[in-house]
Amino acid sequence: MLIIQSLVSGLLTGGVYALAGIGMSLVFGVMNVSNFAHGDLMMLGMYLAYFAFTLLHIDPYLSLVLILPVSFLFGFLLEKLFVSRVIHHPHQNQILLTVGLGLIMSNSALLAFTSDPRILTTTYSSSSVMIFSDVSVSVPLLLSFLVTCAITALLYLFLARTRTGMALRATSQNREAAQLMGIDVSKMSAITFGIGTGLAAAAGALIAPVYYIHPMAGHNFLLKAFTVCVLGGLGSVPGATLGGLIIGVVEAFSATWISTDWKDVVVFMLFLAVLLFRPQGLFGKRGGE
Amino acid sequence: MLKVDHLNASYGEMQVLKSISITVEQGSIVSVVGSNGVGKTTLLKAISGIIPSKGIISFDGEVLNGLPPHRIVGRGIIHVPEGRKIFPDMSVIENLMMGAFLHRNTCKQNLDRVFELFPRLAERRKQSGGTLSGGEQQMLAIGRGLMANPRLLLLDEPSLGLSPIFTDTVFRTIEQIRKSGVTVLLVEQNVFRSLSISDQAYVITNGSVVLNGSGRELLENPEVKRAFLGR
Ligand SMILES: Nc1ncnc2c1ncn2[C@@H]1O[C@H](COP(=O)(O)OP(=O)(O)O)[C@@H](O)[C@H]1O
Ligand SMILES: [Mg+2]
Repeated sequence: MLIIQSLVSGLLTGGVYALAGIGMSLVFGVMNVSNFAHGDLMMLGMYLAYFAFTLLHIDPYLSLVLILPVSFLFGFLLEKLFVSRVIHHPHQNQILLTVGLGLIMSNSALLAFTSDPRILTTTYSSSSVMIFSDVSVSVPLLLSFLVTCAITALLYLFLARTRTGMALRATSQNREAAQLMGIDVSKMSAITFGIGTGLAAAAGALIAPVYYIHPMAGHNFLLKAFTVCVLGGLGSVPGATLGGLIIGVVEAFSATWISTDWKDVVVFMLFLAVLLFRPQGLFGKRGGE
Repeated sequence: MLKVDHLNASYGEMQVLKSISITVEQGSIVSVVGSNGVGKTTLLKAISGIIPSKGIISFDGEVLNGLPPHRIVGRGIIHVPEGRKIFPDMSVIENLMMGAFLHRNTCKQNLDRVFELFPRLAERRKQSGGTLSGGEQQMLAIGRGLMANPRLLLLDEPSLGLSPIFTDTVFRTIEQIRKSGVTVLLVEQNVFRSLSISDQAYVITNGSVVLNGSGRELLENPEVKRAFLGR
């Protein structure tokens, strides 16, 4: 039963990774920008959930109702003020900018919140439920997975059905043709960066109850989100969804059968293996950029 | 209707359009012909605002320079780009809906019109754009342009790489489009056929106009015959 236990907890954690990866992939697809501040945006989401809980006494999963719009707006402004200036620049300039933005965020967090890790403890933090009679699932992990599913489903609906969602997909598939359709692609970029930031912050908030909240937490998340994107194919939303679940399961399996200390190493090796053998990712068509 | 006056455009250091001037009368078909790399595509991109340019582009007396592409589309100038540039992961019908992005209220009636013009697209409405043949993609690209209620349609090499049958369809369609009241600015490597349907035509080399006249005049012109018609 150990295998099912690992599989279930891997999938549940993977859901959050998927959410983080989808945000990054969407930004890459529409804007052709690799957002190296993505992990730090997740870290900000963790703190938002933490302070919403400790100061306003809002449950971390409910606080998403606030965190999503606030972080969307923050991302929208970041794009308008900074990222839009490098969108037609070479990749190295974009990397410098987004790495710089990330450093400003993590160091500001360090100044404001100190380097002491914080823990968000809810009444149900350590409770678990049994499924299939002998597989136990932690309640916060299960809740975060359900919320992740809801957010992902809404995002898919938005992309498939709404006028703006379709315009985002068109921009991602061919930016120049999108312009010729009358789509304001610079507005689409700002909306996309807002959504990417919203998803990053949401992913951060969702794992806040099961993780140490720390100003430097973003580094590890960035690597994970990036691996998810590369595995799924940069720019592919379904790819990132599947990629996140795979990473979650690989992590859980290596924690069970190798060692918890090694799980990040295994994920990183998977990342390198994908780059070597399938640089376009599972769903990607764009080629290894 | 459209007046391009002493227009210059560059990619970095390389100047491609050199003081080029053309005029397009309402209701006409105007062709621009010239060898590869002389700047035909660049001219269309400058008109639709995808690349910046210096000089004057005026449409119905209003200057377009500096407007972003989506505003120019809003004025009724619709550019069907070289290489089709359809959205590969969207279905035929979604591609057409994107064409109607600024014209949702006429989407339904335009869809019927496009499917009537290209029955093949109606058969493949659910198929994704990337899986269509070259000829079908070209029909989709033109159809997508028509969804935007064009007043002036810019067509860049619509018959490039197509079989003779599809080429016939494309040229027949261009004449039908004009009959429906849409003005057409056509860039083509099939010089004989494009001059044959054009009211007015411009020959450009090296970023400037070297010859212009009615389509028939240019077909008879010895230089045109030698350079483009192999006679
Ligand atoms: N994006 C670009 N960057 C740099 N040079 C370009 C670009 N697009 C076209 N060119 C150059 O500009 C010149 C004109 O190109 P183009 O307008 O596409 O010619 P045509 O459509 O007449 O074949 C060519 O020499 C081409 O190499
Ligand atoms: Mg060309």
